[in-house]
Amino acid sequence: MKILVTIKQVPDTATQVKIAADGKTIETTGITWIVSPYDEFAVEEALRIKEKRGQGEVVAVSLGPDRVKEALRSCLAMGCDRAIHLNDPAWSAADTLTTAKALAAVIKQEAPQLVLCGRQAIDDDMGAVTAQLAEVLGWPSAYWIMEEAIDGDGKSVRAARQVEGGLEVFDLPLPAVLAAQKGLNEPRYPTLKGIMGAKKKEIKDVKAADIGVAAEPPQLSVVGLEALPARPPGRIIQGDVPTAVKELVRALREDAKAI
Amino acid sequence: MPNAFWCIVEDDRNGSPKKVMAEVIGEAARLAPGRVEAVWLTDKASEAGLKQLGEWGASRVLLLENAAFAPYRSEVWTAAAAELATKESPAAIFAPVTSRQREFVARLAAKLGVGLSADSVRFAMEGDKLVATRPVYAGKLLSKVTWAKSPWVATLRPNVFRPADAQTGKTATVDRPSLSAPGAQMKFVERREEVSTGLPELTEAETVISGGRGMKGPENYVILEELGRVIGAAVGASRAAVDAGWRPHRFQIGQTGRTISPKLYLGFGVSGAIQHLAGMRTSKVIVAINKDPEAPIFKIADFGIVADLFEVVPELTKEFKKLLEK
Repeated sequence: MKILVTIKQVPDTATQVKIAADGKTIETTGITWIVSPYDEFAVEEALRIKEKRGQGEVVAVSLGPDRVKEALRSCLAMGCDRAIHLNDPAWSAADTLTTAKALAAVIKQEAPQLVLCGRQAIDDDMGAVTAQLAEVLGWPSAYWIMEEAIDGDGKSVRAARQVEGGLEVFDLPLPAVLAAQKGLNEPRYPTLKGIMGAKKKEIKDVKAADIGVAAEPPQLSVVGLEALPARPPGRIIQGDVPTAVKELVRALREDAKAI
Repeated sequence: MPNAFWCIVEDDRNGSPKKVMAEVIGEAARLAPGRVEAVWLTDKASEAGLKQLGEWGASRVLLLENAAFAPYRSEVWTAAAAELATKESPAAIFAPVTSRQREFVARLAAKLGVGLSADSVRFAMEGDKLVATRPVYAGKLLSKVTWAKSPWVATLRPNVFRPADAQTGKTATVDRPSLSAPGAQMKFVERREEVSTGLPELTEAETVISGGRGMKGPENYVILEELGRVIGAAVGASRAAVDAGWRPHRFQIGQTGRTISPKLYLGFGVSGAIQHLAGMRTSKVIVAINKDPEAPIFKIADFGIVADLFEVVPELTKEFKKLLEK
C-alpha cells in the first residue's frame, strides 16, 4: 500500500517571532524550524501501517522554500521511503486552497491509497488544508482521528474521530484523507541508522509547471500582522492562604465581576 | 437587497442550536443588520430550536432536514451547502469553531473556491470588504486577513463575541429548500460516548479550571472537580499533566489541545508554557495559583496567589460555596 503524508515546516513553539519589515510576514532569521507536531502523528501512523502490513511505501510531501528540505529529511530519518518538495516561488503567498490544489496535483500523479495529514499546522493554525485537499480530490475525509484500522484487503479504513462528547466511528472507502489528532500514537525518534540512511533517500524538487498547476492569486490574503494588545498589569495577592483566598473571591466578584 | 450573512447552526444533536450560536448570530447581525440567515443541516430540528434562532435575530432559517445529515459527514454537508450557496449567493458564511465545523467550512470554502479565516476573534467592515483578525504563532501575534471574493467563509472562536440578546416573540421565516439527494462514500459505524464528568464542556464553559504539573498525580484532580461543581466550571489540564498520563487528551488546553476563551480561567500548578498560553490567552480574567513566584503564567495573570495549591483549592471551594449560597 502506498501512503502519502503531507507535512509542514513551522517555527518551534518556543521560538520568538518578530514581525518582518513588510508587516505581513515574520522575520525568518534566528528561527528554529520543526515539523508541525500533528504532522509527526501522521508520519508515525503511516509508518505503523506499512510495518503492520509488511509492505508498502510512505512518501512525505511538503510545500515551501528551500529550508523545508530539512523537515522532509527528518521524516525520511523517521522512516519515510522518499520525499517530494513542492518548491516554487509561485507558491510564496500560497493560501490553504492553493496549497491543497498543489498537493492534490501531486497526489493524482502518485496515486496513493491513503493520505495522512496533521489536524492543523501550528504556525497559522488554519486547519483547512486536509479538508480542502479531500474536496479537490473528491475523496471522503475524516478529521481529528484518534484510531484507524485498514481492512485486510486494503479497500477501506475504519476511523474514529474525536467530537465533543465522544468518538464517532466511520468506514471510509479508499482512497481517503485522514487528519491526525494528538492521541493517535506516540511518534518515534529517528535512530542514528535512520538519520544516516535518510541522507541517501530521494527528495524530489517539484515546480508548479511539473504538476500542471497554474499560478492563481490567493483567495485569502494577510493584510498585516499585529502584536498582541498588552494585558493590564496583574496583581499578586499577598497574605496567608485564608486571607488571600478571601480577597481573591471578593475581587473576582466585585472588581472583575467574573463570578 | 444586499446578500445575507449565513450562520451555520451547530446543534446539540437533539434538535436544538447550541448557545454559541447566539454569539455567531450576534456578530453577523452587528456586521449586517437585518441580513442574518441561519442555515441548519440536521436530521431533525425542533420547533423550540427554530424559535430560538428567530429570537436571537436570524430573519430566515434555511432548514436542510434529512436523515443523511446526521451524524455529520464532510462530503454530504459540503455538497448540500454548496448547492444552496450557489442558488442564494450569501455574502458571508460564519460558523462557530467546533471539531466538525472546522472541517466542514474548510471543505465548503474549497468547493466554492473562496478563502477561509479559521478561529477568528474579531471582524470589521472596511469599505465593502470584510477583514478578520485571528491569532497565529501560538497566539503570539494577530493576523488580519481579507478575502479576494465572497462568500467570506469564517469560523468564530467561542466565548469571544458578544451573544445576541434574545428578543421574545421575534420569529424567523423557515424555508425548506429542495436539493439533490445526498450521496455518501463514508458510512457511519457507531458513536462511543465519553464517560461524563457532569461538568461543562471545555470549549463552551464560561469558567475553566486547569491543573498542571503541580497537581502531582491523577488522583488529585478530584479537588478541582469538586471546585468545578461548586462554580459550574469545566476542568482541563496542561500538556505536562496529559503527557504524564494523569488526564485524557480531550482535557488538554493549549496548542496541541483545546483552545478556550472563558470569562474566567483559574490555573493551579500551571507554569504557563507558551504552548499552554496559546490555548487560553484570550480568556477574559486569568487567575494563577503557583508555588513558584517566577512561573511565567503570573506575567499574564490578572490575579495571582503564590502558594501551595493544595492549601488554596479547599479554601477557595469553601469561600465560593459561601458566596454562591448567599
